[in-house]
Amino acid sequence: MTKTSQPKSHASKADSSNDLAVTGADAVLRVLEDLGVEVIFGYPGGAVLPIYDALFKRNSIRHILVRHEQAAVHAAEGYARSTGKVGVVLVTSGPGATNAVTGLTDALMDSIPILCLTGQVPTHLIGNDAFQEADTVGITRPCTKHNYLVKQAENLVPVLYEAFHVASSGRPGPVVVDLPKDIQFAEIDMGQVEPAKTKAVSRYRPVMTPDADAIRQAADMITSASRPIIYGGGGIINSGDEASEHLRELVALTGFPTTLTLMGLGVLPSEDKHFLGMLGMHGTYEANMSMYHCDVMLNVGARFDDRVTGLTSGFSPHSQKIHIDIDKSSINKNIRVDLGIVGDAGIALKMLVDEVKKRKAAIKKDALSEWWKKIEEWRAVRCLEYNQTGDIIKPQYAIHRLWQKCKDNDVYVTTEVGQHQMWAAQYFGFNAPKRWMTSGGLGTMGYGLPAAMGVQIGNPGKTVIDIAGEASFMMNMQELSTIAQYQLPVKIFIINNEWMGMVRQWQELIHGGRYSESYSASLPDFQKLADCFGMKGLVAKVTDDLDPVIDEMLGTDGPVLVDVRVAKEENCFPMIPSGATHNQMLLGPNDKAAKPVSEEGMVLV
Amino acid sequence: MSQHMNNDEVRHTLSILVDNEPGVLARVIGLFSGRGYNIESLTVAGVDETKNLSRISIVTRGTPMVIEQVKAQLDRIVPVHMVRDLTQQGLHIERELALIKVVNKGEARIEALRIADTFRANTLDSTLESFVFEVTGSSSKISAFVELMRSLGHVEVSRTGVSAISRGLNVDMPIRTQNETKD
Repeated sequence: MTKTSQPKSHASKADSSNDLAVTGADAVLRVLEDLGVEVIFGYPGGAVLPIYDALFKRNSIRHILVRHEQAAVHAAEGYARSTGKVGVVLVTSGPGATNAVTGLTDALMDSIPILCLTGQVPTHLIGNDAFQEADTVGITRPCTKHNYLVKQAENLVPVLYEAFHVASSGRPGPVVVDLPKDIQFAEIDMGQVEPAKTKAVSRYRPVMTPDADAIRQAADMITSASRPIIYGGGGIINSGDEASEHLRELVALTGFPTTLTLMGLGVLPSEDKHFLGMLGMHGTYEANMSMYHCDVMLNVGARFDDRVTGLTSGFSPHSQKIHIDIDKSSINKNIRVDLGIVGDAGIALKMLVDEVKKRKAAIKKDALSEWWKKIEEWRAVRCLEYNQTGDIIKPQYAIHRLWQKCKDNDVYVTTEVGQHQMWAAQYFGFNAPKRWMTSGGLGTMGYGLPAAMGVQIGNPGKTVIDIAGEASFMMNMQELSTIAQYQLPVKIFIINNEWMGMVRQWQELIHGGRYSESYSASLPDFQKLADCFGMKGLVAKVTDDLDPVIDEMLGTDGPVLVDVRVAKEENCFPMIPSGATHNQMLLGPNDKAAKPVSEEGMVLV
Repeated sequence: MSQHMNNDEVRHTLSILVDNEPGVLARVIGLFSGRGYNIESLTVAGVDETKNLSRISIVTRGTPMVIEQVKAQLDRIVPVHMVRDLTQQGLHIERELALIKVVNKGEARIEALRIADTFRANTLDSTLESFVFEVTGSSSKISAFVELMRSLGHVEVSRTGVSAISRGLNVDMPIRTQNETKD
C-alpha cells in the first residue's frame, strides 16, 4: 500500500512547500490549518502515527495530550462551547475510537460542533478483525451528526472540508472521519483544495433564514398575548453572541417574563428582572408555574426535553405555542405546537424584534402587569431558599458563596452531572452566553473536568471552575495529569457529600430509602491527591472554612483541587417528580409525603 | 389544547432520494430502529447513474405526529436529498413483484395455473411437481395470491417490497440524462 517514494517526498516537503503532492497525513494538517484549527485534543496510537508524525514536523497546530479519549472529546466540547469554534479530536483506531463514543454522544445530544478524526487499520485489512480494528463508522453512526470512512485518497480533502462544514453549520454536532492508515501515507494532490471547499458546502445546506410570514404571525401572537412567556435554550447560544443580544432586545422591548433551559443559561443575565430562572425538573417554581399558566409560549432554540416538560399530556395546557428551531425534527417531536418556524435562532430573533417593534402598541400592558403580579406571587414563595445553620456546609450555600465571590469577574463554569450540577444551575448566576458548560442531554458524569481543560485552553487567562461532585469527578480524574502537564489553572470545586447524590435522592424519594450501591466508599484524600499531581489541594470542613478556601482557590495562579465537605443528605429542590406536571412541584422535603410519585412516574427516568 | 390530536396509526408510503454511497441504507434503517419507527416494507436501487443517486421506497406506519417526525428525521441525514410523502401528496401507484414457488400434484396443479392466469402471473419455471410464478401488483393482490397458493401446496415466497411513484405529470424526483448533468 505504502508507496516507496512517500518518505522522500514527505521529507522534502519542508523546503518545497509549494509542492502540490503531499502525504495524506500532511494533507489532514494542511486542511485543519486552512480551516483555522488552533488546537487538537488527542491521544496517539498505531493507526494515527503518520498524523502524529506530521503534527510533529509541521508544528503548526497545538496538541493537547489527554489521558483518555473520552476526555479528549469532552475537552473539545468545552473548548467549542466556550469559544464558538469547532473542537477537534484525534484518536487512534479500535479502543481509541470506542473510548470516544461517550463524548461523541454527549456532543450530539447537546449540539456541540466536534470534528473527530479516528485512525483506522489500512483499507486492505478492514473487515479482517485486524489488531485494534473496530467498525468505527458503524459504531458511531447513531452518535454522530454524520460520519465518513475515507477509502480513496482523492476523497480525503473533500471529506475533511465537508465534515467540518457539517459539524459547524445548521444544528451543530459531532462528525467522525475515519482515516485508514494507508490513506495517511497515500499521495494527495493539494491542487484540488478550492473545488473541494466549494463542494463541501453544496451538499449540506440547512435552512437558516426563517419564513418571513411565519415570523410576522409569531409577532402577532406574542403581542396579543395576555400571559406570555419566552422559553429560550441552547440554540440561542449555538447561533452566536448576537442571538443573545437579540433575545435581550426582545425581552427589553416587550417586558415579557423569560425562562431559560439548562443549556441556555447566560443568554439573559441571571439578575435581569425579567428572568424567572431555569425551568424544568429542578427549575424554579415561578418559571414552571408561568409555563403552566401562560397563554402564549415562545420557544426559541429549545427542544421540549422531558426534563423540561414533565408529563407531556399536562404540559402548559392553556397556551398557544410557537417553536423556533434550526432543526425541523425538533418541532412537534415531543410537544405539538401551533406555529413551528425552522431557522437560525439569531436570524429569527432579529426578524422577530423588527416585527414586534411595529406592533409595540398592541402589547396588552394591563394584562401583562396582571400577569407579572401573579408571577411575583410565585416568586415570593422563594423556592430556592435553603437553611444554612451551624457548622455543616450546605451544598447550596457553598455554590452560592462561590458565585458571590465570582460574580464581578468573567468566570467560566463547567459541571459534572448530578445534584451539584442542578445546584450550580440554581445558585450560580451567568451574565453572558458561553460561560456555562454542562452535560445536559446525555448527563455524562465525568464531563466537567476534561471540559474545564478545553475551556481553559480556549480562554487562557480566564478563571475556569469545574463545580464537581466527588463521584463524577472520579470518573475522569486521570485528567489531573493533563492539567498538571499543561499547568492549566483549572479550579476544581468538589461538592463532596460522599454519595452519588442524585441517585441517593431518587432512592429516597421512590425506592423506600434503600440506598443500593450509591455510597461513595473509599474516597481518596483529595488534598493528598492534588499534592501528588503537584497542584494545590484545599479542604473546607465547616462553614467558617468556606470563604477563606474559596478566596485561596481563586487567588491561586495554578490548578487547585478543593474538597468541600457538605451536608450528606441534602436533596435537590424544588423538583417536579417524574410523571408530574409543572404545577405539581415539590418545594422541599416536607412536600414529598404530600405528593408521592405516581406509578407511571416511577418507570420514568 | 394543542396536545389533543389524532392518535390513530396510519400507513404512509415515502420516497427518498439519497446519494448512492456506502452506509446510506444503514443510516436510514438505523434511524427507524433507533427511534422505534416501523418499517413495513423497504426497497432500494440506483436510479440515476450520472448523479449517483438511489431511490428508497419505505412503507411505514405511525400516528400523524410520528409520520411527520419520520420525514423530518430522514431529511436530516446528510446524504438524503429529498423526502416525499406519496400518501400525503395524493394519487400514487404502489407495485410489488413477487416470485412464488408452489409444490403440488394432480388437480391442485391445474387450479394453481388457473388462479395464476386470473392474477396475470407469469410462469417462470415448472417441473412435474412445481411452478414458479411471477406476479406483480399491489401488496394486497400479492398477499391474496399467496394465500390462494398456500391452500394448493407447499409454498415459498420472495417479495420485492413496495416500489411507488406519483400519478400524473408531476416529476417529483427528476433524474438527469447524460447530456444534462448540470445542476
